[in-house]
Amino acid sequence: MAREHLRIGVGAGFAGDRWEPAVELVERGEIDVIAFECLAERTIAREILALRRGDGPGYSPKLEARLRAVLPACAAKGIRVVTNMGAAAPLAAGRAACAVAAELGIADFRCAVLLGDDVRDVLVARPELSLLETGEPLESILGRMASANAYLGADAVAEALASGALTVITGRVADPSLFVGPMLHAFGWSYDDYAKLAQATAAGHLLECAGQVTGGYFADPGVKDVPALARLGFPFADVSAAGEVVIGKLVEAGGRVDARTCSEQLLYEIDDPAAYITPDCVLDMGGIGFTEIARDRIRVEGARARPRTPSYKVSVGYFDGYLGAGELSYGGPNAVARARLAGEVVKERLAMRGFEFDELRCDLIGLDSLHGPAEGRPEPYEVRLRVAGRSQSRAAAEAVGWEVAALYTNGPFGGAGDFADVREILAVQSVLLARELVPTRIEIVSAS
Amino acid sequence: MSLTVRDLAHARAGDKGNRVNVSVIAYDGAGYERLLRELTEARVMAAFAPVAEGPVRRYELARLGAMNFVIENMRGGSVTRTTALDIHGKSLSALMLSIRLFGNQPESS
Repeated sequence: MAREHLRIGVGAGFAGDRWEPAVELVERGEIDVIAFECLAERTIAREILALRRGDGPGYSPKLEARLRAVLPACAAKGIRVVTNMGAAAPLAAGRAACAVAAELGIADFRCAVLLGDDVRDVLVARPELSLLETGEPLESILGRMASANAYLGADAVAEALASGALTVITGRVADPSLFVGPMLHAFGWSYDDYAKLAQATAAGHLLECAGQVTGGYFADPGVKDVPALARLGFPFADVSAAGEVVIGKLVEAGGRVDARTCSEQLLYEIDDPAAYITPDCVLDMGGIGFTEIARDRIRVEGARARPRTPSYKVSVGYFDGYLGAGELSYGGPNAVARARLAGEVVKERLAMRGFEFDELRCDLIGLDSLHGPAEGRPEPYEVRLRVAGRSQSRAAAEAVGWEVAALYTNGPFGGAGDFADVREILAVQSVLLARELVPTRIEIVSAS
Repeated sequence: MSLTVRDLAHARAGDKGNRVNVSVIAYDGAGYERLLRELTEARVMAAFAPVAEGPVRRYELARLGAMNFVIENMRGGSVTRTTALDIHGKSLSALMLSIRLFGNQPESS
């Protein structure tokens, strides 16, 4: 088992990510592991709702298609697949993976499923826990709770890999840990080897958003250009047993990997860079440096870490009313004034009808919808009115879009191209839960 | 001569609940030194006032020539329940890059 080197590729960085990069990595990347990170903060709560309504499997609806694309090459070459696409139903996802393997004629396929992240039952008995975001007791949202999942660590992923199953499917696992797990498994590192855990966690964080380290979300034409952006490739990391890390991409894939792309991704979604907390360690990024050792190959060094904390972070998804939105465009002379008048009319009509909102806002897309109002900004030729309201009442949320559409015959002249949307709001807050309250286990699912 | 942050650095924004972080990564050492002097927490707070209540915290990463700004209390609340079009604040890296730097000139110019 003890290896000297591991190459981990990334198959997806979010649920809706592109398809081709994973295929080129398994076919031509000479990788040992491919990991798909497909769970955003609210995804599990959404999958639970879909499951309840009977219009979703509880796991990532793209699981079968993603596995179908890579499993033939993975089975032929022994490339391990690690993914959190299990979402709210990891066991069902494991069975679905076996069905895909059977359909592809892959013999002796097994899937290791990691269980234990779903802690709804544990939380129900602990209403006194404090919500990290507001300081209020968990009890205040417990009655509306849809999901509660602990961010499991690399140790659980490594244990699943130790089963020998080709594929590992999980629910909630901390994003970097999906990548640290295969390193722990390959190299047998211990949890007091902080220097190696630090390097591994830095690598995992650089990889977790897939194309965001190879030139995705980076281009500023004429200033920061990205070669062949349409064919953007996903990254891989070469990791050694000593904790050396090099980030790279396939030569033939589009994109770029350099100190600039790596710096942007290293600091992505980071609070204090000296204390990035994962279930595996507390990473200090302060000493990290990037060295270009070849074209599109970056050595990562200088990561430091402190011991992991005694608790898991648990994200709690809960219902928090409805969001209604409506849009309509105005162009040409006085477009901004007409759009503003339209917005005021909608607000007044919603008030006249007695609807109540926790928040109701009007923005002009093209002028102030992203960065707020500012003095001296030139008026654009055309703008798009957007009215959005949050309410505990579905009827109030629906009325927003209706009143915007009613502007056609009841508002200022020239409104065009209406759009309306209503959705249930799934909010998320967090609590900390002692590790001993979150036992994990591995279940093996096979095709037969 | 008046410059903007975009002349000296690149940036990326991300979110954590009702706070947003925006990294600012200088193209070279001289740019980093100038940004350290001029791109203060107060300057960033002033630019972000239309979208956030603040406060703003600045972290420095000298080896990367980078800073990380954490901007608290986004108007409209957290990502998961905001009514804003840009629920994650991902476009705010461009707001950071548009901040003007005045060198030794008075800021009112």
